[in-house]
Amino acid sequence: MVAGISSNTRRAAKVEKTPKVAGVATWVDDRTGIATAAKSQIRKVFPDHWSFMLGEIALWSFVVLLLTGVFLTLWFKPSMGETVYDGSYANLKGIPMSDAYASTLNISFDVRGGLLMRQMHHWSAMLFIAAMFVHMMRVFFTGAFRKPREMNYMIGLLLLMLGILEGFAGYSLPDDLLSGTGLRIADGLIEAIPVVGSYLSFFLFGGEFPGDQIISRLYAVHILLIPGLLLALIGAHMLLLVYQKHTQWPGPGRTNDNVVGFPMLPVYAAKAGGFFFTVFGVTALMGGLLTINPIWMYGPYTPNQVTAGSQPDWYMGIAEGLLRAMPNWETHLAGFTISWNVLIPGVVVPGVLFTVMLLYPFIEAWITGDKREHHLLQRPRNAPTRTAFMVAMITLYGVLWAEGGNDILALVFHWNLNYITYTARGAVFILPVVAFIIARRWCISLQRQDQNRLLHGYESGIIMRSPEGAYAERHVPIGVNEAYELTARDRDPVVELPPEYDENGVRAPRSRAERLRARLSQFYFGNNIQKPTAEELEEAHEHAAHELEKASDGHQHLHGGDYTGDYELDGTAADGHQFDGRHYVDDEELRGH
Amino acid sequence: MPTGTDVAVPREGDTVIKAQTEADPIADPGLPPHVPRPTDVDERSEKRAERQVAALFGFSMVCAIGFCVAYFTLEIGDNPTVWLGYGASNVILGLSLGLALLSIGVGAIQWARKLMSDVEIVEHRHPIASNEESRTEAVAALSQGISDSGIGRRPLVRNTLIGAVGMLGLPVIVALRDLGPLPGSKLSHTVWRQGMRVVNDVAGTPITPDDLQIGQLVNGEPEVFFENKPDGEPKFEGTELLQAKAKAAVILVRMRPQDIHPAKGRENWGVEGILCYSKICTHVGCPISLWEQQTHHLLCPCHQSTFDLANNGKVIFGPAARPLPQLPLQVDSEGYLVAQSDFHEPVGPSFWERG
Repeated sequence: MVAGISSNTRRAAKVEKTPKVAGVATWVDDRTGIATAAKSQIRKVFPDHWSFMLGEIALWSFVVLLLTGVFLTLWFKPSMGETVYDGSYANLKGIPMSDAYASTLNISFDVRGGLLMRQMHHWSAMLFIAAMFVHMMRVFFTGAFRKPREMNYMIGLLLLMLGILEGFAGYSLPDDLLSGTGLRIADGLIEAIPVVGSYLSFFLFGGEFPGDQIISRLYAVHILLIPGLLLALIGAHMLLLVYQKHTQWPGPGRTNDNVVGFPMLPVYAAKAGGFFFTVFGVTALMGGLLTINPIWMYGPYTPNQVTAGSQPDWYMGIAEGLLRAMPNWETHLAGFTISWNVLIPGVVVPGVLFTVMLLYPFIEAWITGDKREHHLLQRPRNAPTRTAFMVAMITLYGVLWAEGGNDILALVFHWNLNYITYTARGAVFILPVVAFIIARRWCISLQRQDQNRLLHGYESGIIMRSPEGAYAERHVPIGVNEAYELTARDRDPVVELPPEYDENGVRAPRSRAERLRARLSQFYFGNNIQKPTAEELEEAHEHAAHELEKASDGHQHLHGGDYTGDYELDGTAADGHQFDGRHYVDDEELRGH
Repeated sequence: MPTGTDVAVPREGDTVIKAQTEADPIADPGLPPHVPRPTDVDERSEKRAERQVAALFGFSMVCAIGFCVAYFTLEIGDNPTVWLGYGASNVILGLSLGLALLSIGVGAIQWARKLMSDVEIVEHRHPIASNEESRTEAVAALSQGISDSGIGRRPLVRNTLIGAVGMLGLPVIVALRDLGPLPGSKLSHTVWRQGMRVVNDVAGTPITPDDLQIGQLVNGEPEVFFENKPDGEPKFEGTELLQAKAKAAVILVRMRPQDIHPAKGRENWGVEGILCYSKICTHVGCPISLWEQQTHHLLCPCHQSTFDLANNGKVIFGPAARPLPQLPLQVDSEGYLVAQSDFHEPVGPSFWERG
């Protein structure tokens, strides 16, 4: 299973320790039979790339959340019972407030390390959700969601959604003015649900908003229900990752059939374990140095107060933007009210976006008709339409996010608030399309550049002068390793419709689905640059060799650059490089000068 | 079985795939040879790396002790230790804990990068799917189990089982019934009654028309929030007070009477240019408070719905669909502003049965 294990340390491993390890291992294996599973997992190979670390940030910040969260539960009182504050924060002394808010103040001001843990908890929540977002985009851009990893991608998206819900629940717990306003908005969203809205609201809040139940209920959701689900899903996510083995970037020796990298023990144990401490440490520094959610400045919740410039945590910004951008449509029909102005941004759009993202792997697989297993990652440029789709989604997210802070934008830049909103209403439809087109063309241009590198080599920066006085840049063939990396990708087969009539002239009806797929396939892959075939590459190289041969007479015939003729060059580099243009320079380096 | 070569499996059906792929144009040159690091070949460099890692771990211990010292020496609470305007305890605890953790992390990663073997290992992938034999056996076992159960042959058992399990959904839903009371008509009414005074929301003092300048906005509440029962207890407190406030909070504004364009039937809802509106936004229920006195516009700070208070609370911008409900005003015998009645429509966010 594992080939080529070797140690590069120059000392022999200490043999005398082995019996002790073996003794413990025997004891455990006698009771669990774990050796069968462990023998291949202990030295399991993980490929290395910086982008594989993004999911790890999410994982470790979740652990930090669990640890700091447990600390906070020791003092937090999830109750809306009324109390009069008598702690050490002078500005709020004597003010009636809920136990939840008072105990949060207590954690912040009267428990040593309490404020640190609160801020670490909040910062790691930000980090958790942000890391999941970026990790998801990495997986999407590189095609890591393709078979056999569709399920793990879907689990990941669920984790993201649950993480956002978990964040919102936790944010609401202190029962301060800001988070209470968030709950008031959530109540408005629930009430807008047709038929059962007001009932759901009364059940959730234990009566009329704000009631005296919501904090303790959200507490159960926040520390038990959702973390349990998150843990289970993270477990499944990791198990599938281990079973399917991590994807890797293609390269010399790195194929669809193997994994090249470092063993779990000791390298990844040390790197990943070390990275846990790094994430934890950075979170602690943030908690110590950067204030977050200073609830004592907001005051206790009361339904008739609000602060101008109220903003939710960043991950709710898109929901906020949707609410703000939506036109004020409402239907009154036969004595009933349908609040499109709340339903569409609150329920319909997020639901549609999430569903599209969830189904994307299957949509793409249906269009490509590809049923193979994919363990090699794709560069984003090599899937232009997919990359452009994600860029469009990011653009949509960005527009809504900015619209979610339209009052802040208006204040900071002295823009007209109403115009920002009108602009956003148009921009949510226009900008994603523009971004899509630009990103796709950009990808295809990059593919062209790769193609040029493969066929004509790279621009050496050496300017050659011909006897006639014409100047041209020398192109030098790239090395075989780079050439392999550039070609180690699939072609994109465009699905074509079968002929309408078979060879006997009998009309073969084509289904609507087939026609749709052919059109989508053309849209997806029609403009992509395919990697050269062996013949094309051969031809290009022969051409280059021919040029070099011709140069053996002391002259050189170059093509490329801005001029296309077959000028005869005298082979003198204009800037005195040692590249004389007469032989391949694969392994040569520039003279230091 | 999937392969790593560049061969697409043709789909079933009539479609054909254009640009069917050839073999890779460039053969795999194989893994490049391992390049030793300085720590692999130079003992001094190896020793230096070892010292670096140990120093980081050592520094972590120092920081951990520093955390404990800071915990006991830096005061919080009523008389906190303050450095440069910051609570010293939080800053030093965060710094020491952060550096203690970070040093372990950086040390471990340095250890892995500099001292552990960096020879890459190749592991072959196994096919994700089980082999054909296992699949056949599994399917056979499944079919055997299903057929042994007789679920296919005994539809009566099957259907009643489905019914029974499905029916269990009812207890689950019914058991949640006591989560809260039914809404009834609670959302449609507030505590406002005919003759109830509008009072200042902080002090609870009643308001006369002369208390308001033209262009001024005052946050108001029903006087009942400040009244006591005969036994001396407040009539509203705790949750009940918050629930009542969430609907009954109002704003009073005074405009020049000639600027106001009351709708039909609302001509006598104001007193000397003073109008009273619900403070709760008809969008999703935020309290509205930003008042532009020149334009008579009231802006919700949550989602920027804007209402024209000179024109019956009409929505002139933003996502809110309905005008702000207006509370009809009059003055009582002592000259204070009082409500003529409750609101004529439900206040706050829309809901299905609102009409």
